[in-house]
Amino acid sequence: MLALTIYISFAGALLLALMPKATPALARAVALVTALAGFSVALLGFFSPASSAFIADCAWIPSLGIRYTLAADGISRVLVLLTGLAAVSGVLFSWNIARRTSEFFAFFLALIGGVYGVFLSADLFLLFVFYEIAIVPKYFLIAIWGSTRREYAAMKLALYSFLGSAMVLVGLLAAYAVSGGHSMNLQALAQYPFPVAFQMWAFPLVFVGFAILAGMWPFHTWAPTGHVAAPTAASMLLAGVVMKLGAYGCLRVAMTLFPHGLDPWGWSFLGIGSWRMVFALFAVIGIVYGAAVALVQNDFKFVIGYSSVSHMGLVLLGLMTLSQIGLDGAVLQMFSHGILAGLLFATVGRIVYERAHTRDLDALSRMHLGKSMPFAAWLFVLAGMASMGLPGFSGFIAELQVLIGAWTAFPWFAAVAGVGIVVGVAYTWRAMQRAFFTDAPAPSAAPHTPDASEHSFEPITWAEKAGVLLLLAASLAVGLYPRLLLDAITPAVLALPHTLLTGGRL
Amino acid sequence: MNLDAIHQLFAITLPESILEIASILILVVDLGFFRTPARRAAHAARMTTASVLGVLGCLASLAWLIAHPATASVMDGALVATPVVAAAQAGILALTALVLVLGLTSRFTRNPGEYVALVLLSTTGMMLVAAARDLLLIFVALELLSLSLYVLAAFSKSSPRSAEAALKYYLFGGMSAAFLLFGFSYLYGIAGTTSLVGIAAALATGTTPLALVALVLVAVGLGFKVAVVPFHLWAPDTYQGAPAPVAALIASGSKVASFAVLIAVTAALIPSPGWTEVLLAMAAASILLGNLAALVQTSVRRLLAYSAIAHAGYMLLGISAHSPQSNQAVLLYALTYALTTVGAFAVVAIVERQSGHDRFSPDRPGSDRPGSDRLDAFAGLSARNPILAGTLLLFLLSLAGIPPLVGFWVKFNLFAAVLQSPSAHTWSLAAVILAVAASAVSLYYYLQVLKRAYVLPPAHPEPIPVSFVEMTVLVLIALATLALGLAPNLLVQWIPIG
Repeated sequence: MLALTIYISFAGALLLALMPKATPALARAVALVTALAGFSVALLGFFSPASSAFIADCAWIPSLGIRYTLAADGISRVLVLLTGLAAVSGVLFSWNIARRTSEFFAFFLALIGGVYGVFLSADLFLLFVFYEIAIVPKYFLIAIWGSTRREYAAMKLALYSFLGSAMVLVGLLAAYAVSGGHSMNLQALAQYPFPVAFQMWAFPLVFVGFAILAGMWPFHTWAPTGHVAAPTAASMLLAGVVMKLGAYGCLRVAMTLFPHGLDPWGWSFLGIGSWRMVFALFAVIGIVYGAAVALVQNDFKFVIGYSSVSHMGLVLLGLMTLSQIGLDGAVLQMFSHGILAGLLFATVGRIVYERAHTRDLDALSRMHLGKSMPFAAWLFVLAGMASMGLPGFSGFIAELQVLIGAWTAFPWFAAVAGVGIVVGVAYTWRAMQRAFFTDAPAPSAAPHTPDASEHSFEPITWAEKAGVLLLLAASLAVGLYPRLLLDAITPAVLALPHTLLTGGRL
Repeated sequence: MNLDAIHQLFAITLPESILEIASILILVVDLGFFRTPARRAAHAARMTTASVLGVLGCLASLAWLIAHPATASVMDGALVATPVVAAAQAGILALTALVLVLGLTSRFTRNPGEYVALVLLSTTGMMLVAAARDLLLIFVALELLSLSLYVLAAFSKSSPRSAEAALKYYLFGGMSAAFLLFGFSYLYGIAGTTSLVGIAAALATGTTPLALVALVLVAVGLGFKVAVVPFHLWAPDTYQGAPAPVAALIASGSKVASFAVLIAVTAALIPSPGWTEVLLAMAAASILLGNLAALVQTSVRRLLAYSAIAHAGYMLLGISAHSPQSNQAVLLYALTYALTTVGAFAVVAIVERQSGHDRFSPDRPGSDRPGSDRLDAFAGLSARNPILAGTLLLFLLSLAGIPPLVGFWVKFNLFAAVLQSPSAHTWSLAAVILAVAASAVSLYYYLQVLKRAYVLPPAHPEPIPVSFVEMTVLVLIALATLALGLAPNLLVQWIPIG
């Protein structure tokens, strides 16, 4: 049944592409109905009991042994649910797109369809097809409807993504050829005993290829520029689900196919003796670096953009722990960050920027938004708290699990990552303080010039309220009752190759 | 040669004969029916008549080819008919028909009869090239193909660009034909036979240094035909200057035929050491230079020319692997690439025509308002004609190898076949890595065109008119790139391995 999410999204995209002259209202309605339909299917599929259901399986290209196979285990179901949430809230927060509306939603839904497809594919060729389908709409979403340096950011994002997918393609082609060219099925290939020497170069190739999209330091630079330039809905999707595509690929493809790529090299340099240590180090650097850079940004959206790099570092660190609790945490953090990054981008990019017309923290600090836009202020306080890991929201339990896992695997890295989380508190407070709660009056402003605080901003629309409610509710639900997701995630994690759960061979 | 053999020869060359008859018929109609000055001035009617007759000729030939699948060889194996050859020939015929249909409204020539007749003649050459398995026949067929194309490239008599294109094409072509003939004479000297089978047998028994010289000379000749580095210099100028339908023909049917013959020649030369290395070196150089040079082009036709060089590199990589699977993959690649390129050239031609209208006042009559194929001419295409922009989007993304379009699947199939071929070694892996990385680079320049079409505002707001026939054919080609990408099986079943 979950396969319907893919078809519904592409059908909606096609419908919108075929009616370029449609009025914005109609296009919005079509997009919302499509996104809601996809979300309902995702929700139903999530709560359906079948734990590892094969959804579809039929011959596609028999000459190459490629089949059209869709399957969903707990991890897939969680991420499909996240995609559904992101799709609906993305449409709600794009309610004000007035230029080329139907084209916008066509690209938007095509991207969503590709993302659903990646999370559900059980055949690597199919997975790769969906993965690349998701690249092109991103380019146009940013280049046409974006803001700051949009053409540069869009091209950078497209090239980074395509370069990453080229690396993945080389790895997949090599794996396909080495295993005899009979099948691209994920399970079948995962059971093929690839030579360890082969895994040693194929694993980092595929892992980095996917991790580029997950925003792994030092390949993260597309992320902040892309997030800042993108229109709000696209930022929400980029941070919310597209970065998860990368992390999902790391886990589902690179680590599952080539578990021995994580084995020690047999020699070590500065204590780094395996690809596992290398990527864990990159992840930790990403956590601290992203948080530190977010601390000094003056563009509100850049703060959120770099915080995404930091939070995705936690996901990658969780993956590298190679323990059940760490992997659980990584998947949970994917979900949590998807929701919270979406919420933050919506607050900054849509609710504040569309009214104040600036994202500059200095300029915002003179507007006294805390008084003139209390909804946005409270929303940012909540979302910021949740994002820095306040218990009760989804971020807390995810970060806790990742850190526990990391503590057993590499205590030093866990300690440094903890520092990164503290810096996370700092940049969130700083941004919150400067954007919403500065007391300082406008400097040297003559008493009769219209003060920014007297601005009356447009009221918050119902679409914004609905989107906020949806995302906050999801984060709270998972935060208060994490078993909601963990009951689905844990069995799927336990079904991963054994070496991924037992700390590998360190 | 007894009567039986002659009968058989006629039987397997009937599709070519149909084309010849059609081309003569076109000349007769154009010179006979449109004899009076008043009728001769009716360019549109003459073009339509000639093109329709040409398309009918192609379709008749195609129908015969499909209705009579044969496996035969005549004249001691000089000319063969196999399902693979038939598939290549059918592809060539279909491509020519598409080029003719899409050229219906072009106004570059005052001699439409001769134009269509020459197109059919060159198509005959392409079909013979694909079927020839004998050095002499290969050379003669290649010359028939090339000479017709030289003339066609110069067909826009009032355009200096067209003359330049033809002259460059001709000079490079003539030179490379000389090299090819020289190489063939050495091969004949070594093997004592002109048949490819005989040459393969002779080279397998032991090689002489002379063979290496022959290989290099043959590589020069055939490298020119498929436009690979370092024999590519004619391609950008010819693609840019030749009339759009002719450029499309050079980029499509001629490519398919040249790759078909390259596969056959490789089968003969593979026993000799050095041939694989020569092919790999040319492939790597083409992939690198084609993709890098395309990055900085501002003329879309030149951009397509450099991208063609890069694609020729990918296909050469497949040829160097030389397994039945990789040969099939190369043919699939060549055919689908050619189909996509024909579509892309048609869009470029339409945009060019419109940019001529944009620059000159619409009330100025006349047929030869020079258009521009510069990137800027594509600005705002999606606002001016969304369907046209949509087809361009599909064509270019397919060329870039984005799924689910057919360009991705043929690339995957080709690279997988290269890695799986029994002769695969470290160099093949390195070359595949280079090719995949380079195709990531290629997305940049395709996106440069698409950025103009979708992101930038139009310089001239009025919509671009496109005739019903052109639009239908373009949409059909675009749907084909999508459908073949979604269901590649249709292609695989059509072209057998072997």
